[in-house]
Amino acid sequence: MTNQWRRAAAVVAVAAMTLAACGTTPPAASSTPGASATVASKRGAGDDLKILYWQAPTILNAHLATGTKDSDAARLVTEPLASYGPDAKPLANGLAAEIPTVANGGVSADLLTVTWKLKQGVKWSDGTPFTADDVAFTFSLMADPKTAVSTSDAAEGVKSVVAKDANTVVVTYAAANPNIYQWGVGTCCYILQKKQFEAYQGEKLKDAPGNLKPIGTGPYVVDSFKSGDVVTYKMNDQFRDPNKPYFKSVTFKGGGDAPSAARAVFQTGDVDYAWNLQVEAGILKPMADTSSKGKLLTVYGSSVERILLNFADPSASLGDKRGEPDTKHPFFNGADGKIVRTALALATDRKTVAQQIYGDGLSGKPGCNIVTGVPDYESTATADFCSKFDTAAAGKMLDDAGWKLGSDNVRAKGGIKLSIVYQTTVNAVRQKTQDIMKKNWEAAGFKVELKSVPADVFFTNTSPDGANHFWADVEMFTNNSDPDFTNYLNGWTSKQATGKANNWNSANYNRYQNPAFDTIIDSLRSEKDPAKRATLFKQANDILILDVVIIPVVTRTQVTSGIANTLKNVVPTGWDSEMYAVQDFSK
Amino acid sequence: MGRYVLRRLLIAIPTLIVISFVVYAILALAPTDPLASFGADPRVPPEVRERIRESLGLNQPWHVRYVKWVIAIAHLDFGYSFMSRSPVMDLIWQRLPNTLAVVGVAYIIGVLLAVPIGMISAVKRYSVFDHLSTTFAFIGFSVPTFFTGLLLIIIFSVKLHWLPFIYDSTLKVTSLSTLGDQIRQSIMPITVLALFDTATIARYTRAEMLEHLPLDYVRTARAKGLKERLVVLRHVLRNSLIPVVTLVALGIPAVFGGAIVTEQIFRVPGIGELLVRSIGQGDTPVVAAILLIFATLVVLFNLLADVLYGVLDPRIRYS
Repeated sequence: MTNQWRRAAAVVAVAAMTLAACGTTPPAASSTPGASATVASKRGAGDDLKILYWQAPTILNAHLATGTKDSDAARLVTEPLASYGPDAKPLANGLAAEIPTVANGGVSADLLTVTWKLKQGVKWSDGTPFTADDVAFTFSLMADPKTAVSTSDAAEGVKSVVAKDANTVVVTYAAANPNIYQWGVGTCCYILQKKQFEAYQGEKLKDAPGNLKPIGTGPYVVDSFKSGDVVTYKMNDQFRDPNKPYFKSVTFKGGGDAPSAARAVFQTGDVDYAWNLQVEAGILKPMADTSSKGKLLTVYGSSVERILLNFADPSASLGDKRGEPDTKHPFFNGADGKIVRTALALATDRKTVAQQIYGDGLSGKPGCNIVTGVPDYESTATADFCSKFDTAAAGKMLDDAGWKLGSDNVRAKGGIKLSIVYQTTVNAVRQKTQDIMKKNWEAAGFKVELKSVPADVFFTNTSPDGANHFWADVEMFTNNSDPDFTNYLNGWTSKQATGKANNWNSANYNRYQNPAFDTIIDSLRSEKDPAKRATLFKQANDILILDVVIIPVVTRTQVTSGIANTLKNVVPTGWDSEMYAVQDFSK
Repeated sequence: MGRYVLRRLLIAIPTLIVISFVVYAILALAPTDPLASFGADPRVPPEVRERIRESLGLNQPWHVRYVKWVIAIAHLDFGYSFMSRSPVMDLIWQRLPNTLAVVGVAYIIGVLLAVPIGMISAVKRYSVFDHLSTTFAFIGFSVPTFFTGLLLIIIFSVKLHWLPFIYDSTLKVTSLSTLGDQIRQSIMPITVLALFDTATIARYTRAEMLEHLPLDYVRTARAKGLKERLVVLRHVLRNSLIPVVTLVALGIPAVFGGAIVTEQIFRVPGIGELLVRSIGQGDTPVVAAILLIFATLVVLFNLLADVLYGVLDPRIRYS
């Protein structure tokens, strides 16, 4: 063998590795499910519960989680004070004995303090008693900037969390907080054992062995954990409910891709629970419909697949000024801005997308609101606007405003062409959506250039191709909210306009700036009356939709999982972890 | 020979430093971000993201990070994964057994099958066997593993329900039945990989054999009255295997690198799967460690191949 040959072989080996690395990762989607069920079951009556996530958990301390996979895997072991149930309201299936309210005296009338009564006699899996001290300690970890936990936003604006006695915790907010359950409920606030983490405060938290093997109060105990691969759990003998959990052990396997996870639950029956089956309806529906082994488990939350319109000018010719909040988009922002935006919305065929790609309610339905999922907040004022799909009318609207069709079938006025770059993540479902949009928008006289970016590059403030820079005209992705929408809506306020000054870290990617909208969000920060809050949420929603800042495409199911037909007592919620009631699962 | 090896080892040091620099620079310039997995989640606002970035050490310029990293590597400290916050070497050690059990076994099977196949098809050139093995070899290296993998899954898992397609890395072989489970879960990934390895090496063996068969020394051996069997096995095969052995040695580092596509399809938690996921997530310490270890193995096995070449072929002398 010649030397060249040898060299070539080495090159091929390296190239093979590199090439193989070019697989696409399906998009990460937030997921949350479940409600509690009270069916008599016997502890340890079942064998092994097999759960499959196509993203593998890498860490089991939910406060250091980098995704749903981590906090879901952690939820089997560690729990918050209470969960968010399917109705978006707190549910006392965690460490709290009851949900504090103004009526039961748990919440002060000025919305400053919340007093949580903890369940009596709860023990950690190592047999030591769980107390209010552990709760206060968990808060101190979250509030300490040095720990750099990803859940710290829930501790923002919380003055203190104090253990009043062994079974009482008092949460005090710095100012009256209408979002009274901000700290303590849901995925933000899994309680860690003080004993296990005490020696690892501040920067040392990342070195804590408990991150990979937390001691918890939940129904299961980590038996072994291979980061990025599989977690095995045993049932927690100390669990407070003597009849739960039903399964002796759990295998939480990660990795692979969504379509084959669907196959494992519907076709081969290898697993009992397959998470987040983001597969095009045309493939998912027949698989689920013809399955004798499994069924689809879905529930709506606040997830909306939306198209964002850029109010800033993304032209590369602007150099340093590109996409800065003080620039104006050539046709989305300005004298004709609203007309052009409205025409684009009018030429958006959300019904076809919902039917063909999301299976007509299988994993999504035509959506019209951005504030959605909580019936009290759901606006009806937008229905008329969104039910219209008419490319001819959109064309006429533009025609009337002087945007005339050129010989290239693209409308233009004063030398400005309605030419748009439309970006989203690399994902089969999204690329199909893009195709449908492109066809209709072009029928109305826009020129549409499609662009897709890998999800890991799209969702970052550091990449010029990212959603944050938004150096394109429109972009599409999904986002969702807590049951209180204030922080979520804050992402469209003027102060949040993203740009160089804030290193593209702020949430207002649209760079939408409307003082009327800002005022509504300010009022939401202090308004205590639930009815008035509902009105404010609707008003904020209506501005974003009717002023065409965003075009909601479909309201997506928050949970889209597959479960074995034999698996019982799985009630999904759209507002918390999919594993929020895993203690109830049985066969 | 000793001096030659020493000289090669010394040359390897600057080579590896250059490789480490290139690897790190590419990773630093790549647009992936370990924080991207938060998406646009409003629960993780900018300040929190910045704090996390800082805790990962990402707020420093990349050349500073590179120097720190090289110094740490010199102390054999490969750092911590951004995603699991555990030592990179732990992750690699956890996965190496799975990779060896699947990719390694496939490679051994591939070599064991390929040499006889290549030999027979060369000796019986244009026979039915040769045509069959040629067809098989072309299928082997032209059909991508993601296709053969999915095909096997659909036939043996979905339709026939014979084999599982989710690899269980927690399985411990303690009895005959667990050994059976291990074999059942390994058959498909091993078949897919062995098909490719067999095809490549068999074609190579065949070509080398064909090159040697018409040579003078073979004619001489035959003229001496040696049996054809001995001529082929003792003379032709031995000489033809010299380059094949070096090729096989060069393929060994790739075994440690794992099989990215196949591991992904069958959910085998191997090095390849770890590498591709870490690249996607921007988990730089893991990617850099795997690539550096891989590069070191390539350099070492290149040297080994050269040394073997000298040992097997007395005409070659290093000085």
